[in-house]
Order: sequence, then structure tokens, then C-alpha cells
Amino acid sequence: MSRELAGYLLGRFGQLLLIVFIAVSVNFLIPRLLPGDPVQTAIAKLQASGAQQSVDVQTVMNSYRAKYGLDQPMIVQYLNYWRDLFRLDLGVSFANFPETVTTKLANALPWSIGLLAVATLIAFTVGSILGALLGWPGTGRGIRALVPGLMILTSIPFYLLAIILIYLFAVIWKILPPAGGMDTTRIARLDWGTVLDVLRHALLPLLAIVLGNVGFWALGMRSQMVSVLGEDYITFAEAKGLSPWRVFFWYGIRNALLSQVTALALAMGSVMSGAVLVEVIFNYPGLGSLLYVAIRGQDYFVIQGVVLMLIVALAVLLFIVDLIYPLLDPRIRR
Amino acid sequence: MRVLSGFRRSHTQGRISGTLILGVSILLVIVLCSVIGPFFVNPHNAHVGAVQPRRPPSAQFLLGTDSQGRDMLTLLIYGTPNTMKMGLIAGFIGVGLGLFFGLLAGSFGGIVDAMIRILADALLTLPAIAILVIIAGNVGHMTTNIMALVVASLSWMFTTRTIRAQVLTIRERSYVEVARVNGESAFEILFKEITPNLLPFIVASFVGTVGSAILAVIGLEALGLGALEETTLGNTIYWSQQSAAVLRGYWWWWGPPIVVIALIFLGLFLTSIGFDRFANPKLIRRT
Repeated sequence: MSRELAGYLLGRFGQLLLIVFIAVSVNFLIPRLLPGDPVQTAIAKLQASGAQQSVDVQTVMNSYRAKYGLDQPMIVQYLNYWRDLFRLDLGVSFANFPETVTTKLANALPWSIGLLAVATLIAFTVGSILGALLGWPGTGRGIRALVPGLMILTSIPFYLLAIILIYLFAVIWKILPPAGGMDTTRIARLDWGTVLDVLRHALLPLLAIVLGNVGFWALGMRSQMVSVLGEDYITFAEAKGLSPWRVFFWYGIRNALLSQVTALALAMGSVMSGAVLVEVIFNYPGLGSLLYVAIRGQDYFVIQGVVLMLIVALAVLLFIVDLIYPLLDPRIRR
Repeated sequence: MRVLSGFRRSHTQGRISGTLILGVSILLVIVLCSVIGPFFVNPHNAHVGAVQPRRPPSAQFLLGTDSQGRDMLTLLIYGTPNTMKMGLIAGFIGVGLGLFFGLLAGSFGGIVDAMIRILADALLTLPAIAILVIIAGNVGHMTTNIMALVVASLSWMFTTRTIRAQVLTIRERSYVEVARVNGESAFEILFKEITPNLLPFIVASFVGTVGSAILAVIGLEALGLGALEETTLGNTIYWSQQSAAVLRGYWWWWGPPIVVIALIFLGLFLTSIGFDRFANPKLIRRT
């Protein structure tokens, strides 16, 4: 590993730490900067809404005050907050006492990561191939006719697409389940029945995210492809007599893909925001639905926990994208 | 007349593309409907229990009614401008902040630049909804104006990046060099030489920022964090979700708001593509 590559990776890792630091600080500061006591506000709302609660909130609140020392200086509270994070202690759920926020997050995380990762991978791959074909002069009219459709798909927020998909596939045609992660009667075991059931339930949310994203990747790849094909090295490759397919894949796609991967790093945040809402629409058992239920029930610590989890998960995903980048672009490795 | 002939010349040169005309037309039609729409409907029908609930579209209720007894057409006519308003306020504030930070970073450089750049980059990569949920969830009484402010707080980063990058390149142009040699102060150069050339980028950032602000607003509303007493497109979808309107087959409840939202985004999207070509005529030759 060269010194440049080490410097690059170190810089990216620094960015990861910075994002996590900002996330934790925002999570800590915003409720405290706004007027009123955050826990007091949360409990007042909880009682006003008459939401179902299985715990005497006063007890929780008193233990919370004692534990976090809300009367202590801000900096002490902040350090305590970090200490508890390292112990994976994110507090307890008001709604399902004494379940801890950490357990709730651990149950929801695999569903979200699975959905988001698979959907993004499919959308990115299909979109990039489609976009490369659209930017290639030799492509037929049939594929070009897709462009207006892709533009419309890109402009609809994909959680609204999800509503349309549920109506078509689950209400009118009744071929796929409208909600949930698997059948409510099923006991999760590692067998084919469970796997198929999970896949069947994941199909519509997956389709919503893929359809909503594929246009973005295709249109981005198309404009990259157009500008890459104008470069001198393409003319040179053609002049050498290389076959069009070799020029297309090895000289065109490979170079155009670099900025697609950069775009991936920038777009992941909004894809994740959209995926959270898709989960809510489908009542999919991931972080999004957990967040929604927590907001509805004013479950303060769960909201904070999910928000933190979303940001950290995203930061890690970004770091992985950054690790892939040197594999694609040999210029960074050297 | 001068405006008209300028328009005709730009059109024949291919700077004003069909895309731009289509995008702006879609937005204008939506604005027009929000302006003249209220003359044709009774605002009372947007209240709960004003009309018969759960009616499909008919001659009496053109777009049907929801299960709380509200007329969908009235909801749509009063909800669309509210949603647009939130996007526009957030867009103005976001672009204003972005312009300020971008000019600051681009012209001062050094530690100011580094801090603004790192903060903007870090915030850009975060899932906006996560931070907005924390802010919106701690607001005691939500209104559409507060909602616009909440969303605006995370709408400035993209403009900042664009403006900063532009200031850095424009600063090196020869006409700025001439101005400097002529003895213009740094302040004069910034506002007389650099800022006017940023205009196309400011307009483009504004269109993009309004779009992402509306997206964020509708997202927060879908989570139930919106100004629930007011009529907006996102709230209409939230209520339809609450009543399981999709599963019960009331397509006229969630369908029309989705169509209007899609049209708003399509209009903004086409406008921004078309404007690119208008502001940067070099693109015409390339494609």
C-alpha cells in the first residue's frame, strides 16, 4: 500500500469519525437547545396524547434525571452521553418498558440494511447499464424511448410510488402481500419457507425503491457517458481499431462509472431518507417503522436511538463506498 | 417588446428548449390553479364533517370525499399552495444562507473556508430526515411556517458548495484581474465583478433547493410530524395512510395528491434541466 493510498483511507476514516461525532452532538444538543426540558416535554406530550404506556413515566423520569444529572453543567452531561453510547446504553422504551432501545434497534437493523443494500445495488447496476446504453451512439430507438419514463419515475418521491404499487399488486391484483416483513403467523426459522416468505414480502418495497432510483442513476450515467465519449482516449482507442464493445465497456463504462460512484456517496443520504418512508408505508419491520411508531407514541429515547443508528449506518456505508473507489480508479492507488 | 424579441432570439438559438418551456408551463398551471381555484370551491368543505364521507368521484364531488367528510377537490386546491409556500420559503432561506456561506468560504479562504466546507460536506451526506425528525419532533406547536424554517435549516449546503466553487474559478478570470489592477477594493470586486456572474448558479440552486425542501416537507408530514391542523398535500396523504385508504380501495383519496406532487417535481426537474441549457449554451453543441 502506497503512502497516497494510506493517506486517502485515513482521510476517509476521519470523515467517518466526523459524521458520527456530528450526529451524536446534534442528537444531544438540539433537544437541549430548544426551550424546555426534553424529557419533560416528551412526557407532557405522551400524557396529553393518551398513548398507551406500560410504565409509570414519573419513575423513568426520576431515574433519568438522577442518571444523567440534568442539573449538572452541559459539558458533564455531554461526556456522560458519550460514556453511555460506548456502553451501548441508549435508554429504555417508554412504550415497551423494560425493553431497551438497543434491543429494538438490533431487531430492526438487519431488515433495513438488507432492504436498502439490495435495492441500492440493483438500482445502481441496472441504472448505470441503462444509462451507458443511452449515452452510446449505437443504441437503438427502443431503449431511447425510455428516457421520458425514467424522468417521470425520478421525479416521483419513491414512497408515493410505494402507495401506487400496493394498490396495484396487493389490492387490485392481490398477488403480493401489502405490508409486513413476513406472515404474522410464521415463526422465524432458517428454512426455505421462511426465506421465501421474507422475499415475497420484500419484493414490493424493493421494487418501490428500485423504480424510484433507477432513473437517477440512468440519467446521471448517460450524461457522464456522453462527456467520456468526447475524450481523446476514446478517439485513440477507436483509431487503434479496437472493437466497439471493447471501447464501450473498457474505455467508456469504466471511466463514466467513477463519477457514478462519487454520486453514490452523495445520494445515499437521500436514498436512505426515502427508504425510511417506504418502510413506513409498507409497515416493514425495519428502522423506518420503528421510528414511525416511536414518533406516534412519543417514545423519546427510541426516536433518538433510531436517528443515531440511521446516521451511523449511513456513515459506515459511505466508508465502504470509499474503500471500493480505489479498486475502480487505479490513479488513486498509485 | 424588448423582452419578447430577446425571448424569440434565445428560442431560435436553441437556448430556450422545449424542456424549459414544458417545465415552467407545468409550474405555472399549478400556480394558476391555486390562485383561481378558491373562487370555484367552498372553503368550508375542507373541514371535517362538511360533506358526506367516503363518496367516490361524482358530479357533485368531482374528486370524491375522504372518510372524515372532506371534499377532496377543496383539500387539493387549498393544500397545493400551502405545500408550494413551504418549499418556496425554505428555498429562499436555504439559497440565501448558501449564498452567504459560499461567498464567505470562496472569498476568505483559509480556516473559514475549511470549516464551512467540512461542515457542508458532512451535512450533505447525512440522511436529512433523521436530523429533521429530531428538530421537528421537539417543536411544541407545528405550523407550516415553522415547518419551512425547520427544512430550511438543512437546505443550504448544496448552494454553498456550488457558489464556493464558482467564486474560486471566477476569481482567477482576467476581468477580475483587471478590476484588481484598477484598484477596486476586495469588497467591490466581490459585489460588482463576481456576484452578477453567479446569477445563473443562484437560480439553478433555487430550483433544486425548492424541490428537495418540498420532498423533505412531504416526508416529515408522512411521518405525522407536519402541521396537522393545516391543509397540505403531505397531510392529505398522511390522513389517507391513517385510514388505510389504499387497502380499502379509496384511490381518489391518495391518487390526486400524488399526481399533483409528481407534477410539481416533474415541473421543477424539467425547469432545472432546461435552465442548464439556457445558462450554459455550450451544452447545446455537445448533445
